[in-house]
Amino acid sequence: MNKVEQISIFLENKPGGLELVTRVLRDAGINIRALSLADTSDFGVLRLIVNDAEKAKQVLKENGFTVGRTSVVAVLVPDRPGGLHGILEVLSKEKINVEYMYAYVERSGEHAIIIFRFNATDRAIEVLTKSGFTVLPGEKVYSL
Amino acid sequence: MIYNEEFETLPREALEALQVKRLQQVVQRVYHTVGFYKRTFDNAGVKPDDIKSLDDLKRLPFTTKQDLRDNYPYGLFAVPMSSVVRVHASSGTTGRSTVVGYTKRDIDTWSELVARCFVMAGLTKNDIIHNAYGYGLFTGGLGAHYGAEKLGASVIPMSGGNTKRQIMILQDFGPTAICATPSYTLYLAEQGEEMGVDMRSLKLRVGILGAEPWSEKMRQEIENRLNITALDIYGLSEVMGPGVSMECVEAKQGLHIFEDHFIAEIINPETGEVLPEGEVGELVFTTVTKEAFPLVRYRTRDVSRLVKAPCKCGRTHVRMDRITGRSDDMIIIRGVNVFPSQIEGVLLNIPGLEPHYMLIADREGTLDTLEVQVEVGEKLFAETGEVKVLQELSRRITKDIKDYLGVSAKVKLVEPKTVQRFEGKAKRVIDKRTI
Repeated sequence: MNKVEQISIFLENKPGGLELVTRVLRDAGINIRALSLADTSDFGVLRLIVNDAEKAKQVLKENGFTVGRTSVVAVLVPDRPGGLHGILEVLSKEKINVEYMYAYVERSGEHAIIIFRFNATDRAIEVLTKSGFTVLPGEKVYSL
Repeated sequence: MIYNEEFETLPREALEALQVKRLQQVVQRVYHTVGFYKRTFDNAGVKPDDIKSLDDLKRLPFTTKQDLRDNYPYGLFAVPMSSVVRVHASSGTTGRSTVVGYTKRDIDTWSELVARCFVMAGLTKNDIIHNAYGYGLFTGGLGAHYGAEKLGASVIPMSGGNTKRQIMILQDFGPTAICATPSYTLYLAEQGEEMGVDMRSLKLRVGILGAEPWSEKMRQEIENRLNITALDIYGLSEVMGPGVSMECVEAKQGLHIFEDHFIAEIINPETGEVLPEGEVGELVFTTVTKEAFPLVRYRTRDVSRLVKAPCKCGRTHVRMDRITGRSDDMIIIRGVNVFPSQIEGVLLNIPGLEPHYMLIADREGTLDTLEVQVEVGEKLFAETGEVKVLQELSRRITKDIKDYLGVSAKVKLVEPKTVQRFEGKAKRVIDKRTI
């Protein structure tokens, strides 16, 4: 299946936390492809898609971070009014829940790329593909 | 196996007769040699000759930690310093430290009692004991050391700290038993795992762990991670040091108090009234054989319960429950008594949580607040890495603390390894309130 591996990093809300993550990744030569920071009043979770998830996890763990992994889906979204709506319409009809989503840093031709976390990943991929949307495979996303 | 079969299996009647005889001797001795006891006995209107049975013990006044501090350093010693061969002192974290002394015979007695503990844990002279209790003024290190030598076991005098080296020696020297605090033992397991050492396949077989309160859950965690049997040893420097009581490997249910040397009582900490067998209250000790530093009815502030029912190990000595709290550690949050061990119990009941936590008491305006800092470990986060999982966890901890302890706490999830690890007694509470 065309899932994308996202890594999550637990961060306390304190100055310098984020900077340490980016420094560790820079030093390891890891490129961040997409990111999103979810925060609560007490802590944050940084979600990343990187060019080398295994290596990123390893260096982050070595530096004492708690790292998790989640399967997400990268979907090509037509870059025009109603583009995102078309996708959500299909998902809504199938009662698939979007837990969160964030945009990819780069565009791919006439499309934007959006990263989705669904409550039912496999079924969402199936539904989107059947409806004619392009779900990008992991390798492609990591190396775009 | 029983180290001193004669005394450890004395029929209760004979044991109590021995206690009365020894109690009468110690009461006479302290009354005539220690000014403090003469004063307090006189104030209470009791003379040494009034003590005719164990029941008369309750006529004697209590001795408290404050009394020990007031007589700092040597005021309660019952022999001249020329007869004292060693002193130890408490850490003094809650005030002036308390100083205790030992004669040659006291050291012999203590060594024997610790040797009894080791045998109670299934050790013999063929064992190699890794002693990670701190050597120095703290009684743990030397207490365990002398006990191990008395038994004839091989002792590795590691003391505390230098964790990487401890792990190397655990691998290379092949100790079969370890003496340490439970929190440090868990820390060793964790650090060893991190270094890539298979901590379950060491030669270690038994842990003799004490010097701080710990829970049954923590025992299971230690036993699983190190593949050992973990047993509780109890003691306090004022009464002697480690080896006042010990859990037997046969029953693993309560710690046998060496009643030929100590008389234990449970009292209501509010009223001082002696409670019947089986009730929970504050543990009080009278030492009946110590020469240099005898203590009469010393209030330990440790909360426990006594059970005289026969034990399957064959020992007749009374058993005390593992310490469920220490009133020194107890914090009062909006009128509710909170023991760190209770919070630990709540946390360890939640799958995936590690027992690394810190309690911070503070005050906002006139209201007490309690913050519980809990580390977010790998186990918990790795599978999902989701915010909502963590929020649910935080809510669950808050709810469980409220349900079990009746106090509202603010839970703060923190990064792994941020809660300080303690190589001696774990300090779980920071009280920022000023009265």
